[in-house]
Amino acid sequence: MSNNRGVLRFIARRLLLGVLTLFIVSLVVFSATQLLPSDPAQAILGRDANAVSTAALRTKLGLDHTAFYQYTHWLKGIVTGDPGDSFNARQPILDYIGDRVVNSLFLLVLASVISIPLSLWLGSYCARKRDTTFDTVVSNAMLAVASLPEFVVGIVLILLFAVRGFKWLPAVSTIGIGRGPWSDMQGMVLPTAVLVLGAVPYISRVVRASMIEVLESDYIEMARLKGAPESVVLRRHALPNALGPVFQVIALNIAYFAAGVIIVEALFNYPGIGGALRDAVRVRDIPVIQFLVMVLATVYVVTNLAADVATVLVTPRLRTRMQ
Amino acid sequence: MTTLAPTPTDAVPEAAEFVGRRPPGVIRVAVHMWRTRIGLIIVGLLVALALFGRYIAPYGEREAVGLPFKPRGQTRKPTWFGSANVGHDVWTRFLYGGKPILISAVLATLLALVLGTTIGLIAAYNRGRLDDVLMRIMDVILALPQIIMALIVISMFGASTKLIVLTVGLSTVPRIARVVRGAAVSVVERDFVAAAESLGESRFRILRSELLPNVSGALLVEANLRLTFSIGLISGIAFLGFTADPGAANWGLMINENRKGLAPNHWGVTWPVIAIALLTIGTGLVGDGLARAAAGIDRVKGES
Repeated sequence: MSNNRGVLRFIARRLLLGVLTLFIVSLVVFSATQLLPSDPAQAILGRDANAVSTAALRTKLGLDHTAFYQYTHWLKGIVTGDPGDSFNARQPILDYIGDRVVNSLFLLVLASVISIPLSLWLGSYCARKRDTTFDTVVSNAMLAVASLPEFVVGIVLILLFAVRGFKWLPAVSTIGIGRGPWSDMQGMVLPTAVLVLGAVPYISRVVRASMIEVLESDYIEMARLKGAPESVVLRRHALPNALGPVFQVIALNIAYFAAGVIIVEALFNYPGIGGALRDAVRVRDIPVIQFLVMVLATVYVVTNLAADVATVLVTPRLRTRMQ
Repeated sequence: MTTLAPTPTDAVPEAAEFVGRRPPGVIRVAVHMWRTRIGLIIVGLLVALALFGRYIAPYGEREAVGLPFKPRGQTRKPTWFGSANVGHDVWTRFLYGGKPILISAVLATLLALVLGTTIGLIAAYNRGRLDDVLMRIMDVILALPQIIMALIVISMFGASTKLIVLTVGLSTVPRIARVVRGAAVSVVERDFVAAAESLGESRFRILRSELLPNVSGALLVEANLRLTFSIGLISGIAFLGFTADPGAANWGLMINENRKGLAPNHWGVTWPVIAIALLTIGTGLVGDGLARAAAGIDRVKGES
């Protein structure tokens, strides 16, 4: 019973820490983008703008209120799903971003659904075939791919499969407005592949190391000695203990996708939030930057949080230590 | 390696003796591995190319040689690899474009290394409150991906090289601080630290002479990993189109500019891609060699 309470207390503390982190991030993002530049209205309209229109925009942006009011107003808007208007598109951010969130989410889910099982399989297979030619070749190839920046991997794929070499796949996504990303599955192949190639080396390496460590441990030896069949040893004794670090890495990689989409979407002109963030930075569309950074930071923080909780729940050793 | 095991005469050691008796360098072990050597050769060649390539460039950095995206033989002036997006010579732009990325990445990593090591060592040595506060601050910085931090700064102040280096460096600090703290925590408990304390050594000397040499293996590995990432990150920011001088040659920017001309003349993309790929794979190989060497040394330490 006390065991359960320990786990619950851990989850509660971790949850609190996650909320606190997001709160601090929101403070930083808000003050960095809104308070520091001397006059956002001037920045938006340019230096030559006349005083009347600048003053009008200042009022519209709520800049004549105190910083505290501006911040709470902004935060309330984000939390209640009304983040205000985009400067540049001159329409509510959600209208402008809504479809893009769906597109990015689809890309992220597709990349995760492919990369996670693939790395689990590859990692445990390499662990079982440890130090064979297969393992050495795969490990070294993974090391090389892991060193490459996403846009380099992407350009190589475009050169190989879209523009030169084999002309099988489109080099840019052509998702129809309001049609959903699934309307262009051919265009999804290369963006997904870049994210998968970015994630698999890391996850599979951790899976391999974790699996090797577990397979060499005393309790696996014990399970084998007492005569448990190898399949039971692997499934019941090895896998649960090997999964702990793997959850961490899976979360890290979903978190990595949250940053990777910025480059990948720019590379393939994919209409998602990563591309939108880049465009917003270009034209200094402050409300959009603030909103997108908060969205991406939330994905990042929540996945890390989920990983920590899942690690404790799934790892027998940690669960019993939590008392 | 045998010098690792303390002899009985070291029972009451003088701090100076330990400074002279560091474990055999991770670097020395790593250099004997083929992967480190290949990595070093690749990195050496690319660094030479990035720093001195400009002196063998056939044209000026901003000199036009013909119409945009013309393949070799179709430019007004003779070229090896045709023209780039605004009619510059691809080969010249390539020879000029490595330096900004290389210098920025190295400076950012050095900055992160100095600050991250200092914070990590202080946190490990002091423990308690200070440790908690420092590490929570590090956690908050880690809550935002590095590229997003860079974009926030760029949206505030524009794409200045100094600020990009500063942002990449500072956002790398917590990553290094965590590794250093993790490696140093167990070192703090060792007898020679207590010995140095009882001799009245200053805090700074204990951090520098007792702790630092004992985390150097982990530190080297992490530093190398961070250099690889910083190269990717800084060239990625340039790829997104954010550079201080949009007219200057830069491998990352070059890839972005010449993407539209992949079909008529792919060299403007291919050369920088090959260079960045080789550079990051080279630093990755060196890092892997260092990691293997560090792991080997740790194992010997554990056994003795």
